[in-house]
Amino acid sequence: MVDPVRRADVCVAAVADCFSGDGGILANPIGVIPMIGGRLARAAFEPALMMTDGEATLIANAAATVPADERVVETYNPYRRMFDVVWSGRRHVMMGASQIDRHGNQNIAALGPDPQRPKVQLLGLRGAPGNTIHDTTSYWVPRHSPQVFVAAVDVVCGVGYDRAAELSPVAARDHEIRRVVSDLGVFDFESADHTMRIRSLHPGVDLDAVVAATGFDLVVPDDVPTSREPTPEELALLDEVIDPDGTRYREVPDPA
Amino acid sequence: MTVGIGGWGSRRKPMTLIRALLRTDVTDLHVVSYGGPEVGILAAAGRLRHLTFAFVSPDVPNPITGGSVPGLDPHFRSARQAGAFSATELDEGMMLLGLQAAAWRVPFLPTRVGLGSDVTRLDPNLRTVRSPYPGPDGGEGEELIAQPAIALDAALVHLDVGDERGNAAFTGADPYFDDLMLEAAAEGYVSVERIVPTEDLVDAAGDVTRLRVGRLFTTGIVEAPGGAAPTECPPAYGRDDDWQSAWFKTTKDPEARDAMLEEWIRG
Repeated sequence: MVDPVRRADVCVAAVADCFSGDGGILANPIGVIPMIGGRLARAAFEPALMMTDGEATLIANAAATVPADERVVETYNPYRRMFDVVWSGRRHVMMGASQIDRHGNQNIAALGPDPQRPKVQLLGLRGAPGNTIHDTTSYWVPRHSPQVFVAAVDVVCGVGYDRAAELSPVAARDHEIRRVVSDLGVFDFESADHTMRIRSLHPGVDLDAVVAATGFDLVVPDDVPTSREPTPEELALLDEVIDPDGTRYREVPDPA
Repeated sequence: MTVGIGGWGSRRKPMTLIRALLRTDVTDLHVVSYGGPEVGILAAAGRLRHLTFAFVSPDVPNPITGGSVPGLDPHFRSARQAGAFSATELDEGMMLLGLQAAAWRVPFLPTRVGLGSDVTRLDPNLRTVRSPYPGPDGGEGEELIAQPAIALDAALVHLDVGDERGNAAFTGADPYFDDLMLEAAAEGYVSVERIVPTEDLVDAAGDVTRLRVGRLFTTGIVEAPGGAAPTECPPAYGRDDDWQSAWFKTTKDPEARDAMLEEWIRG
């Protein structure tokens, strides 16, 4: 009997594929599944990627979590240096999103109509405006819901395609929202008007469930592809090197 | 009074200096910070009038990996939602540019950071500027955000080692923006884990590249062992998660909050 596909493994492979073709840039996936997926991309098919230790260095290790004394340091990258990298255009970040809309505008700052008196205060703008104007950006949403995939975000932190289209071509030259990966599927903006399109749904996920969990109309292709499973080689890398403790399964449980 | 606070999140915050500040009657503060627990503390103590920030997120343990993640500070959150202070909200990099402009004594620095986002809605005083140079196609110069200088009346930072004259060094992995905070400030106050004679400073720091703070930019220095606690000060000590988590739990109980704050201020 064949082992059932585990949802977290599909998410990790989908994250890894976001970095395909990126070459020698800083892949900066933030979060558990993103970090594991980014490490998988480098180990499996994108060896030139540089990646952070989450602190002040870029490291060559394949494992997602590396004790400080085992880090193989490639270069020094304290917080201030990160802006040199980001503003040079040599980075692809994967951020989270408290809200995201059909144009790819992202909010992590606050909920409610008045940002000076937020109904719910969140993290703040962080680096989202700078990340999205200077570099390719993707998003990771561990729990796909209509509270996250909204018709309009309350605060535009990360810049979406409608906002970028209002800028001059030189200002928007580096803007690209490549993918949104959720626990249900993979989404991109490769539609005629750069609005969010289903790229693939994870094995076992039904289209109606995704439509119901999304607060706007997605662009749905005639034939909706199924997200790929990791190859046996990729699964071996995950189990033996990148995430031997299986932390990915704790972030995304298998569907009931 | 505008005060810049060094460190980042729950990392190497000048907590002994914050505590000293809370022992005075200084109030009505405008705080500029890559915010950690000191923001919620100052807000809870009723000392905060205005906050310039890109985030306030103390690091907290990550239940999945055992590492740490940026958490939400419930004291900051509840004070902000109650409208207890006003705020200038910007991108992390805009804050860097604002401090750099103040340090270099220019009125603003141009950047693409913020274009297309809501920063101009969040801060109606924020302006753009058109480049006086032609664009790459020979046409009109591009429009950029003009990040204004963020001039500080005072900066408070905590470093690892210094001398009595006001030179100081970091021995952890990251200098954060502490030197820039001092350079952007009219007066710079530094606490250090230990003070050594100037002739021993390079050895105590490890090497010369760690002497990031020079006395050109410091007004006062004080020896304060444990001066970043409960935030981390690697390699000397880590974050006090027990204290931080107990503090966060007092958000909905003003009496417990004030008692804990009082105890912490007394030391």
